[in-house]
Amino acid sequence: MIRRAVLVLAAVGCMAAASDPSERLPDPAQEARAREIFREVRCLVCQNESIDDSDADLAQDLRRVVREQVAAGKDEAEVKAFLTDRYGEYVLLRPSFSAGNAALWLAPFVAALAGLAFLAWRVRRPQPADSLTAEEEARLAALLDSDRDAT
Amino acid sequence: MTAELGSFALFLALALSVVQAVLGLIGGRRPLLAGAGEGAAIGAFAAVALAFAALLVAFVTSDFSVSTVAANSHTAKPLLYRIAGAWGNHEGSMLLWCLALTGFGAVVAGLGRDLPATLKTHVVGVQGALGVLFMAYTAFASNPLARVLDPPVEGRSLNPLLQDPALALHPPFLYLGYVGFSVVFSFAVAGLIGGRIDAAWARWVRPWTLAAWSFLTVGIALGSYWAYYELGWGGWWFWDPVENASFMPWLVGAALLHSAIVTEKRGALSGWTLFLALAAFTFSMLGAFLVRSGVLTSVHAFAVDPTRGTMLLTILGVAAGAGFALFAWRAPALQRGGLFAPVSRESLIVLNNIILSAATAGVLFGTLYPLIYEAVSGTPMTVGPPYFNLVFGALMSVAFVLLPFGPLTAWKRGDARAAADRLRIAAALAVLIGVATLALASPRKVLAAGGVMLGFWLILGALAEIAERTRAFRAPAAETMRRLVGLPRGAWGMTLAHVGLGVFTLGAVVETSWKIESAEALSLGGRIDVGAYSVTLERVGMAEGPNFLAERGLLTVTRAGAVVCRGEPERRFYPTSRQTTSEVALCNRGLDQVYIVLGERRAGAGGQPAWLVRAYFNPWVQLIFIGPLLMAIGGLVSLSDRRLRLAVGRKPA
Repeated sequence: MIRRAVLVLAAVGCMAAASDPSERLPDPAQEARAREIFREVRCLVCQNESIDDSDADLAQDLRRVVREQVAAGKDEAEVKAFLTDRYGEYVLLRPSFSAGNAALWLAPFVAALAGLAFLAWRVRRPQPADSLTAEEEARLAALLDSDRDAT
Repeated sequence: MTAELGSFALFLALALSVVQAVLGLIGGRRPLLAGAGEGAAIGAFAAVALAFAALLVAFVTSDFSVSTVAANSHTAKPLLYRIAGAWGNHEGSMLLWCLALTGFGAVVAGLGRDLPATLKTHVVGVQGALGVLFMAYTAFASNPLARVLDPPVEGRSLNPLLQDPALALHPPFLYLGYVGFSVVFSFAVAGLIGGRIDAAWARWVRPWTLAAWSFLTVGIALGSYWAYYELGWGGWWFWDPVENASFMPWLVGAALLHSAIVTEKRGALSGWTLFLALAAFTFSMLGAFLVRSGVLTSVHAFAVDPTRGTMLLTILGVAAGAGFALFAWRAPALQRGGLFAPVSRESLIVLNNIILSAATAGVLFGTLYPLIYEAVSGTPMTVGPPYFNLVFGALMSVAFVLLPFGPLTAWKRGDARAAADRLRIAAALAVLIGVATLALASPRKVLAAGGVMLGFWLILGALAEIAERTRAFRAPAAETMRRLVGLPRGAWGMTLAHVGLGVFTLGAVVETSWKIESAEALSLGGRIDVGAYSVTLERVGMAEGPNFLAERGLLTVTRAGAVVCRGEPERRFYPTSRQTTSEVALCNRGLDQVYIVLGERRAGAGGQPAWLVRAYFNPWVQLIFIGPLLMAIGGLVSLSDRRLRLAVGRKPA
């Protein structure tokens, strides 16, 4: 009974589904391009997985769509445009660079630049430690003198 | 009865934490109150330990009248996973968090003899206040020892994917890391209360940071290794929100490790070090919130209702808000530290901090941006691995180019040309290896060759620093040996950690760029080729485990006709949770691995049964896990330096 359950389940689940030989395109170059695209496309019903990794039915359908388009000679941008027309930006794992996403793409680099600006300001500040004020010079001289007197 | 005792102990611990917090914060200069506060800290730890022991007993004896046990355990589960089940769920892991929190408080109270009395009292008090927040949450909102009225006969078992040795150890290490930063946080707040943030303060903060960071490194690496072999396609890092949640405190911790050195050695950057000390634990708490609130979709998240998420967010807001408010109030009055020239070790460490902070900002933004975007525009969007790889990779490459210069540049005013001169050979070798990789490795990949060059640059640069310190090849060998033995442990720790980073980089770049995948439906005796290896399916049989049934394949891996190893991958079925998992077979070949997955059974040619077999050739994959291990060992070696102990503060003899 349980063994039958094993076999039934075994037929349903499978992992890293994109490499399944029964789905593969005959032309290896096209297949490789399709796989590249899979890694950038989200499996919409899954928890943060690309369609390259997911074994969900939807991922399988999306893989079929992408493979068909690649086989029909469309390039990556065209395939992605086709997908975003249907499913919105949500389907892309790498967000496009648009006005709405500018903050996302620029934030880390702005943070780095702000840090650099701070560092530049910090090291360029006048360095009083290097030169003593006249008063300090006088005190130092006095201290050195008294020290010399003592010895 | 044990569960009730545990529950009681948990509430007792909460009460003791209140005492600890109040006495610690008002106890200041009154030794009697301060001493009582420290006693309460140790008592709180003992009480939480008792509660945790009660939970373990409930799990080991499969006491299904305790709701957490009923929901996460099963009598047929092996002992190890019954124990690990105690922290494999939301409630139990919160108790583990409290155990670590009170444990660290007790260590400060019990072993911090050499700390100035006022500072110690304040640290214990702040740690107690954090304890109150988390313990109140655990005791009132997610008590792991709560009973159910109608106990089930059998439990619902732990997710079979989590029944794995690496994952049994992953949470304890992760929590020692996360919560280790709480001590750093307490030191920061105590320092702000006392108004003294100086070299001595940094000296006390550094070992705690090192310890927390090393534990976190091990915890993250274990989780990553688990993902690599358990999820069945050889991925080891997915930039999943939950992974990011653990990675952000790690990055901030790494920045803090470095800036604390500047504060300790040069008295500079004290404000920034304080800020990082507060930020590290804030990110730990943010991680706890993200994992448990369900605001982000992730494969790892605990399924928990939003009410608890809101409470955790409140705890985060109260603790971090108080810390940073105190910072804003007191930090401007801090004494400004030493000055340094544009070319100096201070400058390089500041650069390191800038890049690590920018990387943290990138990870934080990438993780939270989908939430913000959807809230603002109403349409969902995704930030996936390609974004993180690009942003993180770009920032880190700059950091890696600069890194070897750091240890070879003098404090205060360095000589860039002299440092470059000492790194001449390392640089030449690294470039040579990079060019050779570009020319020889197939398929040709420019970025990957650059990555290999950077990895070797880090390793060779770290070794060049050791060579410089021991005058290798310039002084007689005996002199070099003498200097080598005399090097302080701290220096070895740094070298190990930097080499570890290089080792990790090599593994990550080579594995990602040159892994080979192949898959085929094989009948018995069928063969697939993967790289230089061939994998033959010899036999498939049934096997029975303690709580699962499996189809087990026997496959031989050959290279040029000679058998190099046999693998027995399994496809397991867990009847309790009706889940199928795959146990991969790993064939170690030096640093490489042949990774074999047994997939589903399907009809093959001529009515013969066939199995979908996937094989991967993962070059240098072991380095991905050896690297972080070296980093963690580096941290612990530094920690064992006698100049830098947990109970430091002793005047150098």
